[in-house]
Amino acid sequence: MTSSPTTRSASSAEPVAAPAPVPGRRRQVVRWVSALGVLAASLLIGAFVGPAGLSPKDILLELAGSLPFVDVQSSLTAQQQAIFWQIRLPRVVLGAIVGATLAVSGAAYQGVFRNPLADPYLLGVSAGAGLGATIAITQGGSIGHFGVPIFAFVGGIVAVGATYALGATVGGGQSSTVIVLAGVAVAAFFSAAQTFVQQWFDDSLQAVYSWLLGRLSTNGWTDIRVILPYVLVSWVVLFLYRRILDVLAVGDVETASLGIDPARVRLIVVLTATLGTTAVVAVSGLIGFVGIIIPHAVRLVFGASHRILLPLSMAFGAAFLVLTDAAARTLVAPAELPIGVVTAFLGAPFFLFVLRRGRVIS
Amino acid sequence: MQLGSVPTRSAALVLQLTGGFSVAYSSARRPAAVVGALLLAVALAACGSSDSQTAPDATGEASGGFPVQVVTGAVGSDSTITIEQKPDAIISLSPSATETLFAIGAGDQVIAVDDQSSYPAEAPRTNLSGYQPNVEAILNYSPDLVVTATPDDTTISGLSKAGVPTLVLPAVSDFDGVYNEIERLGAATGHVESSNELVSDMRARIDQAVSAAPQAVGVTYFHELDPSLYTVTSESFIGQVYGLFGLVNIADAAPSGGGYPQLSEEFVVEANPDVIFLADAAFGGASPEEVAQRPGWSQITAVELNQIFVLDPDISSRWGPRVVDFVENIGADVSQLSLVAA
Repeated sequence: MTSSPTTRSASSAEPVAAPAPVPGRRRQVVRWVSALGVLAASLLIGAFVGPAGLSPKDILLELAGSLPFVDVQSSLTAQQQAIFWQIRLPRVVLGAIVGATLAVSGAAYQGVFRNPLADPYLLGVSAGAGLGATIAITQGGSIGHFGVPIFAFVGGIVAVGATYALGATVGGGQSSTVIVLAGVAVAAFFSAAQTFVQQWFDDSLQAVYSWLLGRLSTNGWTDIRVILPYVLVSWVVLFLYRRILDVLAVGDVETASLGIDPARVRLIVVLTATLGTTAVVAVSGLIGFVGIIIPHAVRLVFGASHRILLPLSMAFGAAFLVLTDAAARTLVAPAELPIGVVTAFLGAPFFLFVLRRGRVIS
Repeated sequence: MQLGSVPTRSAALVLQLTGGFSVAYSSARRPAAVVGALLLAVALAACGSSDSQTAPDATGEASGGFPVQVVTGAVGSDSTITIEQKPDAIISLSPSATETLFAIGAGDQVIAVDDQSSYPAEAPRTNLSGYQPNVEAILNYSPDLVVTATPDDTTISGLSKAGVPTLVLPAVSDFDGVYNEIERLGAATGHVESSNELVSDMRARIDQAVSAAPQAVGVTYFHELDPSLYTVTSESFIGQVYGLFGLVNIADAAPSGGGYPQLSEEFVVEANPDVIFLADAAFGGASPEEVAQRPGWSQITAVELNQIFVLDPDISSRWGPRVVDFVENIGADVSQLSLVAA
């Protein structure tokens, strides 16, 4: 596992402590313009499409009219305004937040474990959050209504804590392979527990399935307000650690020689990434795949340094999830597809395409 | 021996899946069982027993007709089971069948019902599961007939090895299917006459409920199965009940394999239903107040006019004799609408 492509390319990236060489400046501009362009375009597409037939012109007028000092009126009815502002737009914004968080957490997990397959699924975070959410849903009543995010968060933290403790005990905290193996075991255990709870309370089976398949919330702006504090903390901390992740990619011994404690870095990054992941998983359900394909696609196209990998993963992760959600609500309109189905269905071929292109380029 | 043909038969039926009675999703009570049942249920459109008398292959009159051959499986199935003598140790693993058994006077022949059979109260409820049946647990009761909605081949063949016939009465997709299954239960338990009476009584009450209610032609409705906006189309059994009153389903535009699509929230708001029926109110799922507070929903006519009705999840998810209650409830709700004939 240590001889994976990621690790190789990561360690061949420029030495981290040194600032980026100047010749890269132009490429860097291209990078950022393309990332922000893709993000802006997908946000607009997300805002434009949906089963309710709102014209792009009216939507632009609505958006412009909401800016301070701009006085334009769209021809949307009160009902259409409600659809746009309270249903569609929060969903687009939530999609962007969820996508960005899953992608950046995935990139952080992969960096910290030096394992290209590390993601919330592999480390047991999703299984733990799934168990927590299932317990909350099957309890019904007010717990089923409001407790899902909290239970999911607790479940995710407990699972990743178990993974970490197991990995640290068995592998002395040194081997990332051991941690990933511990994650697989923990995930299997929590999935089994989740299935058991789900079968035992079979009267809420539908609600549980619905959550497991993933769906961007129908809760207006509330969910966004609920998760934003956790997500922001997670983003900021991961950003602060992006250079240290590059150091860690070289090796634990090298990291320690620079006076940085690799075990401590790993602990902080894992906890932070888990905080962000469980927060979004709690409101969106289990949306797989984003945490793996987006960071890898960014690595293949733009290189493996975490300094650029983390922010670009966020931008492309957000764009990807906004677009897949647009597909989820339009492909079979006026019915919906679970977004987890769409991410995998569109994501897998897309990733294979990037994989092929990436190999050709390198 | 006929049981041997069940597996192949089932496989054929799966291919004809056209949508069963209610509730893959709603039946808060036993959704999983019905999901399973749905898979096999169906194909009723083709065969919905136009003449109710033909349904059971009843060879005898009253209780003296044993041994009797009864069709098992979906309506129109050609698999039959043979019941040697009038059963007096029946186990029902289907809440719908439990309700029917008691309604046709076969209640004293029932020794155990599954954990979801909550009606009538005198039914001998046990912890047996119809969703994940355990053959040994069932045989522990020494039954002479098992009735189930889930066509689970493993269970059926397990029971048949012990000499216990299993009558499969899966979810149905129309009223004729309901009547057909009631008559089959009548034939299997020696209550042919009372089952026929029950059916004609049900038909009469439904006619009465429909003619008593104002026709709500053109009034649109949304039937919420769960808070993630799963719903029914007109093609489903529930949809047919609303259709009796002229109500128009907003979900009919949605593509769906079995009549139970999940709608997009913005579509529901845009479609602007005049009435909302909540089948998910019972388990903290939704309440009229909560629906009214959903972002953007205050613009919906049903919310503005406070035309949000809560349904009993059992009545709206079972295909037994209380289907009539469901029809009557909808009729009563329709009578309250301020939009009728508008």
